[in-house]
Amino acid sequence: MNATFERRLTRDWDDPGVIGIDGYCAKGGYEALKNALNMEPAAIIDTVKASGLRGRGGAGFPTGMKWSFVPTNTGKPTYVTVNFDESEPGTCNNRELVERDPHRLLEGTAIAALAIGCRTAFIYVRGEYLAQGVILEEAIGEAYGAGFFGRGIAGSDVDLDIVLHRGAGAYICGEETALLSSLEGFRGQPRLRPPFPAVEGLYASPTVINNVETLMSVPDIVVRGPEWYREMGTEKSPGTKLFTISGKVERPGNYELPLGTPLRVLLEDVAGGVLDGRSLKAWTPGGSSTPLLTAEHIDTPLDYESVAAAGSLLGTGAVMVLDESDCVVDAAQRMTRFYAHESCGKCTPCREGTWWAERVLGRIADGYGKAEDIPVMADMGKHIMFRAFCALADGAASVIDSSLKHFREEFEEHVRLGRCPLREEHVEVASAV
Amino acid sequence: MAVFEGDRLEEAEEILGRYPEGRERSAIMPLLYLAQSVEGHVSRDGLKEIAGLLSLTTAEVEAVASFYSMYRLRSTGTHVVSVCTNLACMLRGAGEVYEAAHQAAGMRHGQELSDDELITLHEEECLGVCDFAPVAQVNFANHDNVTPERMRELIAELRDGSVPEPSRGGPAISSFKSASRVLAGLKEAPAS
Repeated sequence: MNATFERRLTRDWDDPGVIGIDGYCAKGGYEALKNALNMEPAAIIDTVKASGLRGRGGAGFPTGMKWSFVPTNTGKPTYVTVNFDESEPGTCNNRELVERDPHRLLEGTAIAALAIGCRTAFIYVRGEYLAQGVILEEAIGEAYGAGFFGRGIAGSDVDLDIVLHRGAGAYICGEETALLSSLEGFRGQPRLRPPFPAVEGLYASPTVINNVETLMSVPDIVVRGPEWYREMGTEKSPGTKLFTISGKVERPGNYELPLGTPLRVLLEDVAGGVLDGRSLKAWTPGGSSTPLLTAEHIDTPLDYESVAAAGSLLGTGAVMVLDESDCVVDAAQRMTRFYAHESCGKCTPCREGTWWAERVLGRIADGYGKAEDIPVMADMGKHIMFRAFCALADGAASVIDSSLKHFREEFEEHVRLGRCPLREEHVEVASAV
Repeated sequence: MAVFEGDRLEEAEEILGRYPEGRERSAIMPLLYLAQSVEGHVSRDGLKEIAGLLSLTTAEVEAVASFYSMYRLRSTGTHVVSVCTNLACMLRGAGEVYEAAHQAAGMRHGQELSDDELITLHEEECLGVCDFAPVAQVNFANHDNVTPERMRELIAELRDGSVPEPSRGGPAISSFKSASRVLAGLKEAPAS
């Protein structure tokens, strides 16, 4: 990466030594935790609030504010739960962060625990991240051995345990209340909010749930201060973010950039442009749940406000790139199949809506669509969006709405020609192998 | 013969101990992985024994097991081959990779377990390795930038009795049972 700024989250990626605790400590690791042990919990929260750090899991909620919502006088224990269920299609930055720098996650988690008086923290890792779970188990073993977890951490009188919990192949468990259900030993289905997890979360106790990248941003904020953190990024979206860029690009990968960097820079300068010199057709700013944008939006700054102004969401910062030769109907159908498969079944609009949408989009993609299918699809989003417990349904509706908004003609051409206009002949793509 | 006996029963107790007192139900997921590591899938007996350990009904355990795709409630191959076909991989040719896997494993339409019961083939949703698309996993170990040719080689290696070295992230996982052990948070390859 041709970084012209000081890398933060990825600064030690060139040094495999930091994967082990000795290498991590040699680079100043766990100093932030020691600092935090000398701070009042309220001061830790104020520091993170002042930094403007926003949750990197998709919603962008201010992290310090989230922590401040946790009551510590209820007589119940409080919990920190790390959301490492990273399953949003197109997203893999948490995976690489943990592979290359696992102790920074543990340190950030420990600091969050201090801020809310938590004595047992959990990491929920998706099952398919088998290798990354093993990396974390080894790091946790080292951190216990060095006294950063267990009884009297780092010579203090604070006890803190950390438990790794593996998921088992359910996208929905990245939704925070579903994650809690899963961690409690139930089917991973979302719960009605309120009560919010900050008040009644894990085991009906006050709980903070944070994304991996969010927590890994915390140690530097504690050591270097909020002003330092705000030197990069924008006023409302401070700091840097790890973007994943994939699909039709020359150099897919995870790249750290200041928030507010335009897509053009990520795509053309950092990722080497669209694959094989073709032109940009469509892209997701933050995983498949965020509305598609087009080549017209190439100069959109990648921060929460600018992407929202362009009609989408920054989400997880996972950019998937479609080029001029890619069929938007195919892409929409594949993404919709994902939501139909991953719908937990709790809410009818999502469970039934995604099932039908997959089929109707499938017949359009395969050249059997009818003229009325397109208005049906356009109408469908209205009956799914905001009509279910959680955002899975909204993501599913966004795929359909945004692809029709920007590429309605392409859908109509499929119906008119009885095949994909981008292909010479009739091919059935949506049918199973 | 019980699913959890001897060392396995001790491991089940160790798993229960990971969670706060009174919150043992949280152990249901690692216990399902442990049962799967013994039998190669989660059997009726496995569900019953987990229910016994947690003072739940078998139906309550089955409700959890049936929700998550990584618990296999029916006969499963020695190895599980997972091919991501979600968008980022699809754009880089995952459809052909999945088709190659199907053909190389000798699967008929709709079949997921090969006739010799060596391979279960699973079409996956996003595996979180979009930077190396298209990707596959063999027993949840990663194989990056997989072409149809490479997929045929992977299947041929499994047929020859060896497990291909993954692209990244540690050693090969010798079987689906072994992967399930790791997923239960235990060391691989127990004495049988």
